[in-house]
Amino acid sequence: MVDLETNGSRNRENFEVREHDVLIIGAGGAGMRAAVEAAGKGLSVGIVTKSLLGKAHTVMAEGGMAAAIGNVDPEDSWRQHFIDTMKGGKFINNWRMAEIHAKESPDRAYELEQWGALFNRTPEGKISQRPFGAHTYRRLAHVGDRTGLELIRTMQEKVLATDTKVYMETTVTKLLQDASGRVVGALAYTRENGKFIHYKAKAVVMATGGWGRIFKVTSNSWEGTGDGAILAYDVGAEMVDMEMVQFHPTGMVWPPGVRGLLVTEGVRGEGGVLKNSEGKRYMGDYDPERMELSSRDVVARANFSEVQAGRGSEHGGVYLDITHLGYEGIMQKLPTMHEQFLKLADVDIAKESMEVFPTIHYTMGGIKVEPEHCATTVPGLFAAGECSGGLHGANRLGGNSLSDLLVFGRRAGIGAVEYVEQNTHGTDIPEADVQTEIRRVLDPMERTKSDKDESPYLLQSELQDVMMEHANLVRDEDALKEGLGKILAIKDRVPNVKVGGNRLFNPGWHTAQDIKYLVQVSELIVRCAIERKEKRGSQWRLDHDELVDEYGSINFITKKGPQGEVEIERREIPPMPGHLSELLDESAKGAKV
Amino acid sequence: MTENGNSAARAGAAAVADDGPKKTVKLNIFRGTEEDGKEVEYEVELAEGMVVLDAVLKIQAEQEDDLAVRWNCKAAHCGSCSAEINGKPKLLCKSRVEEYEGQEIHVQPLHAFPIIKDLVSDVSWNYEVSKGIKPFTSDEQAPFTMYEEDVERLYEPKKCIECFMCQDVCHVLRTHNKHEEFAGPRFFVRNQWLEMHPMDNQDRLEDVKEKDGVGLCNITKCCTEVCPVGIKITDNSIIPLKERVADEYYDPAKWLMRKIRGRKSMTNREAEAAKNGN
Repeated sequence: MVDLETNGSRNRENFEVREHDVLIIGAGGAGMRAAVEAAGKGLSVGIVTKSLLGKAHTVMAEGGMAAAIGNVDPEDSWRQHFIDTMKGGKFINNWRMAEIHAKESPDRAYELEQWGALFNRTPEGKISQRPFGAHTYRRLAHVGDRTGLELIRTMQEKVLATDTKVYMETTVTKLLQDASGRVVGALAYTRENGKFIHYKAKAVVMATGGWGRIFKVTSNSWEGTGDGAILAYDVGAEMVDMEMVQFHPTGMVWPPGVRGLLVTEGVRGEGGVLKNSEGKRYMGDYDPERMELSSRDVVARANFSEVQAGRGSEHGGVYLDITHLGYEGIMQKLPTMHEQFLKLADVDIAKESMEVFPTIHYTMGGIKVEPEHCATTVPGLFAAGECSGGLHGANRLGGNSLSDLLVFGRRAGIGAVEYVEQNTHGTDIPEADVQTEIRRVLDPMERTKSDKDESPYLLQSELQDVMMEHANLVRDEDALKEGLGKILAIKDRVPNVKVGGNRLFNPGWHTAQDIKYLVQVSELIVRCAIERKEKRGSQWRLDHDELVDEYGSINFITKKGPQGEVEIERREIPPMPGHLSELLDESAKGAKV
Repeated sequence: MTENGNSAARAGAAAVADDGPKKTVKLNIFRGTEEDGKEVEYEVELAEGMVVLDAVLKIQAEQEDDLAVRWNCKAAHCGSCSAEINGKPKLLCKSRVEEYEGQEIHVQPLHAFPIIKDLVSDVSWNYEVSKGIKPFTSDEQAPFTMYEEDVERLYEPKKCIECFMCQDVCHVLRTHNKHEEFAGPRFFVRNQWLEMHPMDNQDRLEDVKEKDGVGLCNITKCCTEVCPVGIKITDNSIIPLKERVADEYYDPAKWLMRKIRGRKSMTNREAEAAKNGN
């Protein structure tokens, strides 16, 4: 560590310098898996996280981790997992990522077990697997309804057993680039006391998760503000299919404070049925074959449509019934759900139905990466997990997220290690760049008050209202364009954000940093949603209410233009190699492979 | 947006509108630092089903933008928002305001750790303790063959969400400040599953006795009472570890065997096998 003293200039801020071979931003499943990979190769690794270790959104995953290990259904194979993933994503997925993911998930599940994770067992003493939406076979390795906790705690304990340096409650504000444009570090501050840190790193892995907090009704924690996506976008990284935001079919609707809180798909996996206010099990009208275990986009639309048609529940949702499992079965399979409803909504799910409605859950779009080692289009920058895009296409299957984190977290780690080994560049940047960024970050706190000042909380709330109204489950061109106008108007007000207090653990100041990410990511989503004029996966355009073939071979790529404007490109998806297209052809004929 | 879509989206969101007169609730929240802090009273509008975290966040958004509180998932899965309500450690996201009807509500940070500001304490000590525990290590190659009956008692300690409320309420830490000599209930929970995992090959009993100081626990069960996920910490984690330590160190035959073999007398797997009678 180097402490730089002030040189007498009033505007010069002290900052620490920390050097690592690889800097990882984000400590969820992907970031920690990347860290274990890089640290295992003997590199110096630092992980920066906005929260305490083990609190990242990975902990919220309930249902399980998809891996075609075939313990319960021996017919399962990576091929069928690949097909299911591509079909679920409506074929705009990056097919190579889908192939890698399907092939490597089993090894990542076993690896977790090797590191101490404990999954529920089959009678034969193997990892048990449960059915989940749009997975052909029972495929999700799980432990009750707290699989994410098991994953994150296992990875956390694995990370603590390496030499990785963990910087908890530290917020990155900017990626730093050298004169050639390669990423050589980041600037950050500690949330506890507002001390600045200049991280010098030969490679940076972005693993910051999604941006569900741009919506008011969301299953996401406060952290999901899109930092990583926009930090990458700001240094020139390409983004892919940003319009694709997943609405989970079942979020809680009552009481108001828990609106949007996730009700795991595991409930339907364990046989839960959806009913409307007339008592009708309606999924047969939407997907008679797969019923409640259809893909999330289909079930979310069904739930929405039932309420829209006036067949909703008391608090504006639909009914999800798991009472057939009985108290014992529920306590074994879904204990967290039982506790959640009993404690927060006074509902005993062993006796009564739950009320549920779609809630914003996941972002399929994100930083574009090459599939082998998760390199972004900016040298020195890698990305994995929810902040990256491509694997899930237009709709993610439940259970494919935990496996994504580990498969591509590991690959991003390998990519970063190889990059560090192959490059001998320095990581210095002019100190003026650091000082300029520090001044920008401090501005909302240090600027003198004016009558134009805005509260970061209220501005965020206003943006969330706009996204709820204009870029929700149902979209159309007029509403999207109107929403875009509102977002751009909010964007103009971001520099007016002003907070009180000082640098000591000041959430107002922290929220003031998040606003620019929230607004920029919203703009990208709405702009892409305007371009994709069809119904595909999570993108449901009422004014173009059908799948359009033309868009089936197109990704929308966004990039920051030279004047700071959003550049959107329609990019053809490269043709699939024969060994993969054959699988999809076979499947289209009704064959299981 | 089309008429239909828009109105339906709004119908979903507005279905819980409150027609009655607006009720409010008063909260006394600790503001300031370890050295200089006091409770301040705030009043916020009450919403149906509101939890204390909702009230705190509403105060933060509308009245005091620098009010420090730690939270993440707001679903009792992550264990970030632990604090003390009326002197008892609670997850703020799981504590309904109406539970305190007729009482004053006092919200304070966890007191067994240094207070940083407002409702946020410095819990980093816990991560240092965690780092000192020998991680899971196995000679076997996964996939493991383990039967439900081999592992069912491990599910309970693995439910821990690291809210550190058991650490907060433990007299050894809170009253006697023995952070140097005592790992605290949370880490006996972790040691328990590690020690009982049929595939683990490490011996942690010496650490549990010497470094983690299991002997300092006098079994008052305070930790068990506050655990938000219902782990019977005292009965199922601490007492079994105390028993294993006693067997290992105070049973003359085992003491001798350890002297001769220089390490733990039985591996976990041997111990499990002996216990199961094969």
